[in-house]
Amino acid sequence: MAQAEVSQPVRVTTPALPTTISTEHGAIWAGQRNVWLWRLAGYLGMMLSLLLIGLPVYWMISNAFKLSQEIYHLPPTLYPHSPTLQNFVNAWHAVPFDRYYVNTIITTFFGSGFEVLFGVTSAYAFVFLRFPKREWLFLILLAALMVPGQITILPNYVTIGLLGWINTYQGIVLPGASVAYGTFLLRQYYKTLPIDILDAAKVDGAGHLRTLVAIVLPLAKPAIVSFGLLSIVAKWNDYLWPLVITTTKDMRVLPIGIRWLMVEEGTIEWGNVMAGAIFVVIPVLLVFLYAQRYIVDGITAGAVKG
Amino acid sequence: MAVLRTQQSSSPRRAVSPAERQEWLLFLLLVVPNLLLFTIFTYWPLLYNGYLSFVRWDFLGPKIWVGFDNYRYLFTSSTFGTILWNTVLFTAASVALLLGLGLAIAMLLNQPLRGRNSVRAIVFSPVMLSGAAIGIVWMYIFDPRYGLLDFFFRALGTKSPNWLLEPAWAMAAVIIVHVWKNIGYAVVIYLAGLQAIPRQLYEAALVDGANAYARFRYVTLPGLSPVLFFLMVTTVLAGFQSFDIIHVMTEGGPVHATTTLIFYMYEEGFNATNVGRAAVAAVVLFAAMLLFTLVQMRYNERNVNYQ
Repeated sequence: MAQAEVSQPVRVTTPALPTTISTEHGAIWAGQRNVWLWRLAGYLGMMLSLLLIGLPVYWMISNAFKLSQEIYHLPPTLYPHSPTLQNFVNAWHAVPFDRYYVNTIITTFFGSGFEVLFGVTSAYAFVFLRFPKREWLFLILLAALMVPGQITILPNYVTIGLLGWINTYQGIVLPGASVAYGTFLLRQYYKTLPIDILDAAKVDGAGHLRTLVAIVLPLAKPAIVSFGLLSIVAKWNDYLWPLVITTTKDMRVLPIGIRWLMVEEGTIEWGNVMAGAIFVVIPVLLVFLYAQRYIVDGITAGAVKG
Repeated sequence: MAVLRTQQSSSPRRAVSPAERQEWLLFLLLVVPNLLLFTIFTYWPLLYNGYLSFVRWDFLGPKIWVGFDNYRYLFTSSTFGTILWNTVLFTAASVALLLGLGLAIAMLLNQPLRGRNSVRAIVFSPVMLSGAAIGIVWMYIFDPRYGLLDFFFRALGTKSPNWLLEPAWAMAAVIIVHVWKNIGYAVVIYLAGLQAIPRQLYEAALVDGANAYARFRYVTLPGLSPVLFFLMVTTVLAGFQSFDIIHVMTEGGPVHATTTLIFYMYEEGFNATNVGRAAVAAVVLFAAMLLFTLVQMRYNERNVNYQ
């Protein structure tokens, strides 16, 4: 059924829906008399949610720009009265944030790179290549979803130790490099691709690798981007495994580093610590601003099946 | 692999074209690296962890086989009882809050209100942020002297509790932060579920004169039930695995007040280096998580079959 839909040669563009009034039917206040009262309550509710979720983030940002006199002033000021960048400078020098950035970028790049590569290629094999008992192998792969990485840290610590990879990038990256969820997601997506185009490529004499790169990848781009972004965010924020497998200052990643900033500050300079927290979260926030839609799509893909 | 080979040889031999053989080879090339890493870092560790739960070991010396001693020790120690209780409390409270508050916010953001898309984005954003970083931001907010919350407590004419140093408050604090961070996930999943409910159902209910509550009770809730179930399982699993927030904010303390199973596994394994006991914690955690995952798969199967 899905195939019949997509194999139509003409790309169907859905007309933009009128965004204003037609959604009113779904409103909770449809058919009620005091609609304005409901609306008012709705806006108040939105403001409350905004406050509950936004205030801690705002608190982090505003205090990162306050001098310490202002931070230790009661009652707290709502915004920095004499904004300063000093906290960022202090935080950067208190712990080796430059190393943390380099380490986190490397482990995220390779960690997510492997996940996407394995996801894209494994899914292709499971959809388009013949192999005896292919579906069995797929189930074996899928079963890995039931074993979260947190459970296996003791044995993996032993394995990585035996390989002499403690405090190395490969030690941080490899145990989390294989991918089951991404393979599952992309396999579902590949199955909806128009068969005609793939057949046409075959007639043209394109081999599998060319078909994968030139046809499947561009068509599956939205799914790959969604999965890739989710993977990047997960690797960037990963905590328990890097905590266990790194013991030297030089090998720490950002989430571990921010904790050390707090620990090593002794008497806590909250301004510096807030600036450090911003160092950790700002790249992810920027990615989220640009690619919010893809990320949300990736997260909901597993929950609601069309 | 072994399974495959026997399967092939037992089936009646047929001619396999060279083209097909080439396809097999390519298949292996594309799939084996992924499967191999899973074997080394996921499946083998599962077995090895099981073995470790029967030995006494400190990562360095010789492993001493002790049978069920580690299990016996943990299941009779009162500390482990506390830890199991903490895990249940942390998970149950955060799941209830996530499912309840998440539904309320999702219903709200599903209404035709101006600016709802921006609010959705903001509500979702903490999901993306490092638990360690936001745990630290919240420590400042919880600070009994200079924190933001103390300001509100003072406005109410009382004083802030010493959040992270009093057992009950410390547990409340880590639950609050876990819920704050993950609420956007629940909202996004609920919203997807809400939007999947056919509009006509609401219209029909409206024509029949159903009021807002009746439409919620008889259209929205039944329509959301698959999503509700999915969310329950995923949030339970997330609760079991919550680590960074606890490690940053309380280190499992004060005393053991916020030590959950996963935290105990880390602490026993890597601080106390009682590898055997840590392995038992991992086994218990895995069994609990497997149970929830299997229940979910079972439910999915049934749902798919019936619809």
